[in-house]
Parts: sequence; C-alpha cells; structure tokens
Amino acid sequence: MLKFTEDHEWLRVHSDQSATIGITAYAADKLGELVFVDLPEIGRRVKKGDEVVVVESCKAASDVYAPVDGEVIAVNDELTQSPNMVNTAPMEAGWLFKIKLSRPSQVDGLMDEKTYSALVE
Amino acid sequence: MAHQSGMENDLRKTSLFAIHQRLGASFVPFAGYEMPVQFPNGIMHEHKHTRTSAGLFDVSHMGQIIVRPKSGAVQDAATALEALVPMDILDLPAGRQRYALLTNQDGGILDDCMVANLGDALMIVVNAACKQTDFQYLHTHLSPSCHLEMLEDHALIALQGPKAEKVLAALAPKVVEMRFMDVRAVSLLGVQCHVSRSGYTGEDGYEISIPVQHVEAIVEALLDHSEVAAIGLGARDSLRLEAGLCLYGSDMDTNTTPVEAALEWSIQKCRRTGGSRAGGFPGADVILKQLDNGAAKRRVGLRPETRMPVRGGSLYADESSTVQIGTVTSGGFGPSVDWPVAMGYLPIDLTAPKTLVFAEVRGKRVPVRVEPLQFYLPTYKR
Repeated sequence: MLKFTEDHEWLRVHSDQSATIGITAYAADKLGELVFVDLPEIGRRVKKGDEVVVVESCKAASDVYAPVDGEVIAVNDELTQSPNMVNTAPMEAGWLFKIKLSRPSQVDGLMDEKTYSALVE
Repeated sequence: MAHQSGMENDLRKTSLFAIHQRLGASFVPFAGYEMPVQFPNGIMHEHKHTRTSAGLFDVSHMGQIIVRPKSGAVQDAATALEALVPMDILDLPAGRQRYALLTNQDGGILDDCMVANLGDALMIVVNAACKQTDFQYLHTHLSPSCHLEMLEDHALIALQGPKAEKVLAALAPKVVEMRFMDVRAVSLLGVQCHVSRSGYTGEDGYEISIPVQHVEAIVEALLDHSEVAAIGLGARDSLRLEAGLCLYGSDMDTNTTPVEAALEWSIQKCRRTGGSRAGGFPGADVILKQLDNGAAKRRVGLRPETRMPVRGGSLYADESSTVQIGTVTSGGFGPSVDWPVAMGYLPIDLTAPKTLVFAEVRGKRVPVRVEPLQFYLPTYKR
C-alpha cells in the first residue's frame, strides 16, 4: 500500500506493519541535487512530526518529518556515498529509512496516490 | 538591520527580469530586489557549467557609482577617495581597476567594492545591500571635490568561465587583449559599454556595464552562444565560496578589520607604515598596527571531515567544550571540490593549516580542518 503526506513524503506500507519512507519526485525536484543525507540511528523511536532525516542540496538543508509513530529499523546507507539517488530514483533506490509502525491506524489518515498527484499538479 | 516589508510588490526588478522569467528562474528577495536564485538545471549544474564553459550572471542589483572630479583631473577624485580606503588609488592607472574596502574609524569594514579608473572619472561598484548608505557616505565625503552619480540607468552583467573570452570576443574582438582587472570602453552591438576583466567566481571573465535599454539585446546575443547559460545567485554563492572570496555581511562587516578578514593583500605598500602615503584613512591606527603585529583572530578556510555541509554556527576546540572559540561565517557544498567547504574566524594560534576544530551542526559536533581559503584555485588571465 502506497501513501503520501502533505510534506511530500511517500510510505510503502508492508504486510508486517513496517513501512519504507522517502520523499517524492516533486520534493526532490524542488530541493535540487542532494549532496548529503543525514540519516537517523537505527532503534530511534519517533513520533509523527518529529524531524527524522535532513536532506541537503547546494541551496539548503531541509527536514524530513516522521509521517507516523514508530521505531527506525533500517536506513539507506547507500545514500552516504550517493545522496543524489534521491533525485534519480526517489521512490526506489533513493528511499530514506524503514520504520516499524507503532500505531498502524495512522496510515489511514494519509493520502493515496491519486489525491497526492492532484495536490502537486 | 535592514527593514523588511515582505511585500512582494515592494521588491525591485532588474531590467533582465523578463528574460530570467522566460528561462524558468526561481526568484528570491535579495537586497530589495527580486533576483533569480537558480534556473531549471539547478545550482550544481550551473556551478559546474560556469567552471567548464561560461555562466551569465545578472548583477544589476549592485551599485555602480561614478565619481567625477570637479577639476577634471582624475587624480583629485583619487586623492579624495584615498581618505576613505586603505588602498592606493592615486597610482591606479587609467584602464585599471582594483579591489577596495571602505573602512570605519574602528578599522571595521563598511563595504567592499571595485574601483576603476575610467581616465576622467572613477567608477565604484558596491554591494547591493549597502549601495544607498555607501552612496550617502561617499557623497558626504567626496562632494566637495567631485560630482557623484549612481548609474540607475545601467545594468551590470558578469560573463564568467573558461569560454567567456571566446564568447565576448565574438561581439568585440579587442576584449581578448584585456588582462585581469583591465577596464575598457567597448562597443557591443553598437552600444557603448564598460567592460572589466574581472568577476567574483574564481574564473576568468568579464563584468559589463550596459545602458538598460540595450541590455536585453546584448544578453540575448550572449545567450545565443551554446557555451553560455544563465546562472542564479545560488551558484554565484558556491562559486565565490570555493574561491575563498568574502561575502559582505557574512564573512566581514563593521566588526572585522581587513587584517582579520585576511585581506591584507588589498592594502598596497604606500598606504602602510613607512609608505609614501601611509595612513590617512578611517581606522588607520588600528589597521596599520594590525598589519605590523597581526590581529587576534583571522579568517580561514574550513574543510569539514565528513560530507555533511557546515553552513554556519559556532566553533569549539573539541567535542565537548562549551566555550566557543570561533564562528563559521559561510559554508556549503563545493560542487567543483566535490566536498563541503566553509570559511570562518578562529583565534590566531589556531589558524595553522590542518588544525582540527569542531563545528556544531544540529546539536552535533562535526570535525573541521583549517585549510587555505582558496579551495578552488582561480584561473584569472593575469
């Protein structure tokens, strides 16, 4: 199941109640080519709205917020060497982190793909 | 602090606004102007394009001030200006320009600028954010002997990069003969312009002052060359940062002296202790003493040890100390260096190359090493 937030993040929700999270192509395009991604520590517990990741382009450093509550269970270490994968493949190789959902029902409040697409058109 | 209205329609537009818009620029408010920060290719691409080909910058927001001596003798304008700057202006030959600093009574820097000798007048190009106060200040001190005029009817563009010479020479072959910091009256498409071989990117190139009614035609003619791309303020900042060039208001201001800012090279011998026209500028007692004995703090290049950009903030001696020892005054990612670069101030005993200090970024201590200011070596045609 694919979900989106108003802060231009996507979540791919898996059947084991974990979710992979990244930023959308729209957001990546607005930021410009990324030069650094500051990833969270594995095991960190986050609340919806917490600053979890910082993505940096030449222009600026921008926060990525936790879209739901949970525990960080994986981060995309490849981004340390190739932060611009977020630009070239934002929804595949450019994922940011994986979270174990602590309140899976929060996902229901997020946008589906159609609603998000309409938002950024 | 400058008054900020936040009202979009209070912002001025340069005469190239329509071209920026057509090229898809994103705009930001800067020093009261609506200026392009980047074009669709993005800052990284624009930066590299300038280093490898030719970048075209709109710097019309900067102040262009003509100082015309009432006597008709340009030496009289030079003598008057020497009372305000620690530079040798009298010996600046016609057709040459030089970097200069307006200093205050404490030895602090009011602004940095370029001073050109046009033969019958001086032309001073100052920072956009300072131009009204600079003009008032210059007018107060120079008007007894000079007429001053802010060139509101002239745009200013910069063409920078290794292909700049070839491109501009297609419109005016004689610009090839100019050396770094030469200034010439040059006809471009039949329009009389002032061209200097200079810029603020670390690249060879030109700055061109053009009557506003003709600037669009000349810019279109330059953009017609496949080597030329329009570049925004974002890449202008990363280019000057890599080249170790100061941004006024960030890397120097009234609280820093030319010696602290590592700009001694801009103060010629004749204005220093023992020189033929030693002193005689605001803050001379402080600045001359520092030239002889050094200053307590100094601007240095700072290279983060990791890929995390350090854009500003406090510096510490180690990972836990709560005592601030210095400040990062500007920083970011250097696309040509392919690594973050920064500059800032440290106590003089910590300014040796390779000295390790710590910056604080988002609450974390990040190791940074002192380096020479020029992360990218300029390619000026001297």
